[in-house]
Amino acid sequence: MKYTFHWLPALRALPDMLWGALVTLEVAVLSMLLGVVFAVLLALASQSRIWILRAFATSWVELARNTPALFQIYMAYFGLGSFGIYIDSFPALLAGITFNNAGYLAETFRGGMRAVPDTQMRAARSLGMGQIQAFRLIVLPQLFRVVYYPMTNQMVWAILMTSLGVVVGLNNDLTGVTQELNVRSFRTFEYFALAAVIYYLIAKTVTLSARLIAWRLFRY
Amino acid sequence: MSIEINDVHKSFGPLEVIKGVSMTVAPGEVVSVIGGSGSGKSTLLMCVNGLEPINSGRVLIDGTDVHDRRTDLNKLRRRIGIVFQQWNAFPHLTVLENVMLAPRKVLGKPKAEAEAIAVEKLTHVGLAEKLKVYPSKLSGGQQQRMAIARALAMSPHYMLFDEVTSALDPQLVGEVLDTLRLLSSEGMTMIVVTHEIAFAREVSNRVAFFHQGRIHEIGPPSQVIGNPQKPETVAFLKSVL
Repeated sequence: MKYTFHWLPALRALPDMLWGALVTLEVAVLSMLLGVVFAVLLALASQSRIWILRAFATSWVELARNTPALFQIYMAYFGLGSFGIYIDSFPALLAGITFNNAGYLAETFRGGMRAVPDTQMRAARSLGMGQIQAFRLIVLPQLFRVVYYPMTNQMVWAILMTSLGVVVGLNNDLTGVTQELNVRSFRTFEYFALAAVIYYLIAKTVTLSARLIAWRLFRY
Repeated sequence: MSIEINDVHKSFGPLEVIKGVSMTVAPGEVVSVIGGSGSGKSTLLMCVNGLEPINSGRVLIDGTDVHDRRTDLNKLRRRIGIVFQQWNAFPHLTVLENVMLAPRKVLGKPKAEAEAIAVEKLTHVGLAEKLKVYPSKLSGGQQQRMAIARALAMSPHYMLFDEVTSALDPQLVGEVLDTLRLLSSEGMTMIVVTHEIAFAREVSNRVAFFHQGRIHEIGPPSQVIGNPQKPETVAFLKSVL
């Protein structure tokens, strides 16, 4: 077995792929920000006294966690399409990943809320703090620590999930760009190997910076 | 200026834990509350500062009805400090920050002033060396003393102590009791729920014996502990001494 790795086409493709990586990051970051917002709402809804809210939250979390991410993205693109709602590849991918993120993070947040004992709230209130003040100053920072690492994991997962955008026609993210280059030249191995290295480096950078920030943030 | 507890009833669901308790604590007075577990002692403290609602009766702090809807509990609680059995240190803040937080955020004091108060109170309870340390690095006794300093930093008129030594290792009980002794010698008005009978006898002006949600006996320690009148009090003291 002998294979010559063609460095030149790979190097030539690098700038385009790095631009693609930016789009990848954009989708991942947006999907995390939106995911966190929806996850907080879902976590609250799952504690609600109104059963329809609880049912809605449960269904979302169940579907997001127990069906393939690929299907979730398909649903946003083709699924909505069959109801006459057509959205572009980018928002479809964003919606799919956001749906997935929110489902996982909602569970993380729900667990986090249980991890901070009620007595902390009680102690804060006994010092004359109001409900919201006590939550903000005492509960939230502790909650944040509990959910921090699961959140960074989800961020990495979100980055990797963006590669599924190719199935709904996204062609300017890292996988999309790689696929375009591939169909033009069939240097499949070179391009995808390079893409894998870039994904790896992005994911590692996220994990390592998260660890660095945590070291700075959580001194206790 | 006093704490007046007037015929307070409190139930958790069908279980009535306080069955009509009345008692007045005068300024500068130290009242210890003793009694078996589940007798309602701790719940009474929670009702005094409004952490638990009551079913009937009244609690007046300096004439303000704690359980009146119109009462601003956040404001009222600045006057009543409470220290819990589980000290409830805020783990994400240093010792100094734990104590500074409420003076800054609740009383709105400037940072330097809040810090000065915190340092003073922490020095008072013997933790001047531990300002920059996180609570997880402290022993139980130190955390409990920090919790006392945290309550004192609000300059409360009254202090409530809820079995503050029960969760401590025996060798750490002494240092916390010393802090309480210090406070009582300074004239702090206190209600102390405790299992430390010898301590109650030593520092209290009055001792209240709680049994099945009622005060069975209340009076000077020489009477309630030294010469109990009711058979329940005698039985309880026999079991703990």
